[in-house]
Amino acid sequence: MNWALANRDLLVELTWQHVWVSAVCILLGFALALPVGWFAYAANRSPRRPMRQLSGGVLSIGSILYTIPSLPLLVILPSLLGLPWLSVLSIVIALTVYAFAIMVRSVADALRSVPPMVLDSATACGYSRTQRALTVTLPLAGPVMLASLRVVSVSTVSLLSIGALTGVRNLGSLFTNGYNRDFTTEIATGIVLTVIVALVFDAIIVASGRLLMPWSRVVRAGGGE
Amino acid sequence: MIEFRSVGKQFDDGTRAVSDFNLVVPSHATVVLVGSSGSGKTTLLRSINRMVEPTEGQILIDDVDVATQNPVELRRSIGYVMQHAGLLPHRKVIDNVATVLRLCGIPKKRALDRSAEVLGTVGLDSSLYTKYPSQLSGGQRQRVGVARGLANDPNILLMDEPFGAVDPIVRAELQTEMLRLQRELEKTTVFVTHDIEEAFALGDQVVILKKGGEVAQIGTPQEILADPADDFVRSFVGLERGQRTLRIEEKDGQRIVVDEYGRPAGVLQ
Repeated sequence: MNWALANRDLLVELTWQHVWVSAVCILLGFALALPVGWFAYAANRSPRRPMRQLSGGVLSIGSILYTIPSLPLLVILPSLLGLPWLSVLSIVIALTVYAFAIMVRSVADALRSVPPMVLDSATACGYSRTQRALTVTLPLAGPVMLASLRVVSVSTVSLLSIGALTGVRNLGSLFTNGYNRDFTTEIATGIVLTVIVALVFDAIIVASGRLLMPWSRVVRAGGGE
Repeated sequence: MIEFRSVGKQFDDGTRAVSDFNLVVPSHATVVLVGSSGSGKTTLLRSINRMVEPTEGQILIDDVDVATQNPVELRRSIGYVMQHAGLLPHRKVIDNVATVLRLCGIPKKRALDRSAEVLGTVGLDSSLYTKYPSQLSGGQRQRVGVARGLANDPNILLMDEPFGAVDPIVRAELQTEMLRLQRELEKTTVFVTHDIEEAFALGDQVVILKKGGEVAQIGTPQEILADPADDFVRSFVGLERGQRTLRIEEKDGQRIVVDEYGRPAGVLQ
């Protein structure tokens, strides 16, 4: 505790680094997964077989990306993309790829979970395709997407720590440094702060879900149809 | 007036749902399409608002071919009520009803006022207006569905087995309500059901369909009961099972109506 207080400035700086890098990765991953997942969902509903195969292909790419081991990826990326070693950019890219890989399938699943009857009824009411997509399909897929966003958020916050191994500063630096110095307090502080960041992110996601989708809790309570 | 001219529909997978179907639905009348599953009744209903595109023939609304109209605009001008109501789970009851009005560009305030009015017409308690559909009972949801169909004050109302998923008591209640609304509002209504009792209760004209959309008989309920066209109709309306051939019996000085098997069906007043 004394150590943590004495090194307050360092901890604040590392926490801040950790927060913004993981936030960027989560948001970028989601922003990329949404259109790609939507394409996979739409292609899967196409009457044409090649389109459905393409849909399956896109989703498999997502799964394959996720199986790339993280440490080698962090080592390869800089030379692959011509980025300087120690660059924050390469870890942002790596974690965005993982976030994307998890999200893309669940975006497609979320869209598929919207009851066809509701979509049908929206069409019958006179929603145009775009109106239906934005004001019916997207919000109704929200709860499932939110669930996977929570998984992505936690996994990104914890994965980011290994970025410290390549020299990028964040809460993971407390592990590497603490390990080198055989200093348990520093490691423990790193763990506690990482967990706190993950919990705060989760709380923000859950709260914004409640704010944006007040109906979803009612629906669950009411048991639907 | 809605007119079907030799309408046929073959789906992409080769299934033929309907062939050479002809029908005139007069303005302000209720026509019920009744048949078992696979009779093409829903296909016919949905081809009126272009949810299904017929592969042959034409459908005209007041002498205008629906195929020449923008499908989205067309659907906004026609009320549609479906099984399970099909309400949007993420919108409150009143917003569900206001949907079509808002899509037509009516300002929010006016749309909500009109929605409250039409919810009153279908007899929904005003305390439920701000609930979500999942918080309502099946019968209440169905009333909201009917209100949504009527919100825009369309000339035409399409109803696809709207009362199929509620229990018999609520169904009877909704049917009575429907008859009242029909008297008051006089919409041109096409109603689809597999329940012949419902068809006879609601229809000015009843169209009995066989497999593949073949018309077995068209007529008023009286005409169909008095003069069934063939054995299929006889069996479909229950004349064969003896439930509709009633006779009067005297029992303990009371005159009771019994069916063919002697089961009491009611009293004569």
